[in-house]
Amino acid sequence: MSFRDIVESGKFVVTGEIGPPKGTDIKEVLHHIELLKGKIDVANVTDNQAAVMRISSLAGCQLCLQNGLEPVLQMTCRDRNRIGLQADLLGASVLGIKTVLCLTGDHVNAGDHKQAKSVYDVESVQLLKIVNGMNNGFDMSGNELQGATDFYPGAVVTPESVPLEPQLVKFEKKVEAGAKFFQTQAIYNMDKFKDFMKYARQFPVKILAGIVVLKSAGMANFMNKNVPGIMVPQDLIDEMKAAGKEKALDTGLNIAARHIRQLKEEKICDGVHIMAIGMEDKVPEIMERAGLL
Amino acid sequence: MIVGEQKPFDEIWDMIKDYKKVLVFGCNTCVAICHAGGGKEAEILASLLKMKATQEGAAIEISHSAIERHCEPEFFQPSMEDVRKYDLVLSTACGVGVNLLSEIIGEIPVFPAINTEFFGAVPRAGEFEEHCAGCGNCILHLTGGICPIARCSKSLLNGPCGGTNNGSCEISPDIKCAWVQIYDRLKALNRLDVMKQINEAKDWSTSQGPRNIKVKLMEENTK
Repeated sequence: MSFRDIVESGKFVVTGEIGPPKGTDIKEVLHHIELLKGKIDVANVTDNQAAVMRISSLAGCQLCLQNGLEPVLQMTCRDRNRIGLQADLLGASVLGIKTVLCLTGDHVNAGDHKQAKSVYDVESVQLLKIVNGMNNGFDMSGNELQGATDFYPGAVVTPESVPLEPQLVKFEKKVEAGAKFFQTQAIYNMDKFKDFMKYARQFPVKILAGIVVLKSAGMANFMNKNVPGIMVPQDLIDEMKAAGKEKALDTGLNIAARHIRQLKEEKICDGVHIMAIGMEDKVPEIMERAGLL
Repeated sequence: MIVGEQKPFDEIWDMIKDYKKVLVFGCNTCVAICHAGGGKEAEILASLLKMKATQEGAAIEISHSAIERHCEPEFFQPSMEDVRKYDLVLSTACGVGVNLLSEIIGEIPVFPAINTEFFGAVPRAGEFEEHCAGCGNCILHLTGGICPIARCSKSLLNGPCGGTNNGSCEISPDIKCAWVQIYDRLKALNRLDVMKQINEAKDWSTSQGPRNIKVKLMEENTK
C-alpha cells in the first residue's frame, strides 16, 4: 500500500528519517533501513540535510526501495534550479518513488560548503505547484509530458514559529498549492500543538507531528536557544534534569513515547514523524513504548 | 547607490607590486559616500602603498587622483591624457567604472581596489544596507515596499521559511527576516490579502546579464 493510501485510510501513521551518508560506504544506512523496515510506514530521505553534502536524496530513496522500505523523497530548492528539480522528479517517478516532500532548504550558511552559490530559483510553495503540474502531465513551462507523474505531495510547517502568523500564511499557501500532508518541526508542548491543530483542522490535509527524542537537558536548552521554531517547555527540561545522566536517554525515549501515545489516543493529529538524528536504532523502542508495535 | 568595500591591503599589494608607475584613481560618487573609493580614500590608499613599497624596497611610483564619476565616458575625458602616462591604474571606483575605463584606456591594465557589493541605502551614518537586487522585475507593490529578493537570504516569494527566528534570519541574528517585516508592513497597511496570494515562480531572465537598455529618444516615442 502506498503512503497516500495508508495516510488517507485514517490509520495513525509513523514516518521516520533516513539520512544518506557522506561517502560511498552504505553499510550503516542499509542497517538503518533494515531496522525501520516493517515498523514505520515510510522514511523521509533527507536532501543534503543542513546543507551538508551527502549522497543525494534520490539515490537514498532508491536504496530504500531496493531494500523494502517505502521512501519519501525530500526535495529542497537550495541546490537545483527548476530544470534540475523537474528532471529529478521525473527520474524519481520512473524509479517508483511515490511521495515527495517539498522544502525550501536550509541556507548553505548552515552546512559544510559555505561558499556555495544558493539556487532558490523556486521555493517550497512553487515546488508544490510544480509537482501538481507534473501530476497533471505538464512541466512548469506548460509543455506536455510523455507520461505524467503521480506523486503524493507533502510539505512542512513549524507550529511554534515565532512570530506564528506569517508562518500560517505560508502554511495556507502550501495547502492551496496542493500539499496533501504536512510534517511539523519538532513539537514538545501538547497544549500549544492542540491549539495549532484546532486551526489546521480547517484544511483538508493530514498532519504528522514532529518528534525529536531529547537526549539530555542540555540538548533541550541548546535547541531552545539555537533551533528556530523549537521550544522545549521547562517542565520537560526539569524532568530530563531529574533523571540524571544515566537515565537521561531513557527518560527522553519515555517522553517521546508518551507524546506519541497522547497524540494517537486523543486523535490530536494524523500521525507522527520521528526524526531520530543518529538514533535510528531507538525508533522501534519508542514505537513499542508508545504502544504502536 | 552602489556600495563597496576596499579589498584587503595585501591583496591590493600583490596586484600592483610588479608595476612601476601606478595611479590610484578614485570616483567621487557612490563609492565616496560609502568611504571606500572616493578621492580621499584613493589618497590614503596611495600613501599606504608608498609606505609598503618603501618597506619592500620596491621602486614603484605611486600617485593618486579622482574624478566625479567613472560610469560615463565624458567624465574621463579631461584626465585621460594624464591617466595614460601610468603603466597601471588601480581603480577605487565600482566594478562598472573598472569595466568602462578598461574599455576606453587602451593598452594599460585597470585593476580593482574595491569589492563592489550591492545597491544600498544609508539608514544611519556609516551603515549601508542592501535594499534592491536589481532583478529587473519589481514586485515591491506586493511586498509592502520591502524587497524579498534583496532582503530575504533565500529570495523567497511566498512568506518566511522555517528558519525565521523571533524576527531574525536563520543566517544571523543581526539580519532581520524580510518576510516578518513584510507581514508587519502589509498588516499595518491593511493589505494582508496581498500576502495571501501565491506569487508564481519568478522570471529570472530579467535578472541575468549581460543586460542593456536603449532608451528611445523623445521624438521616436511620439512618432
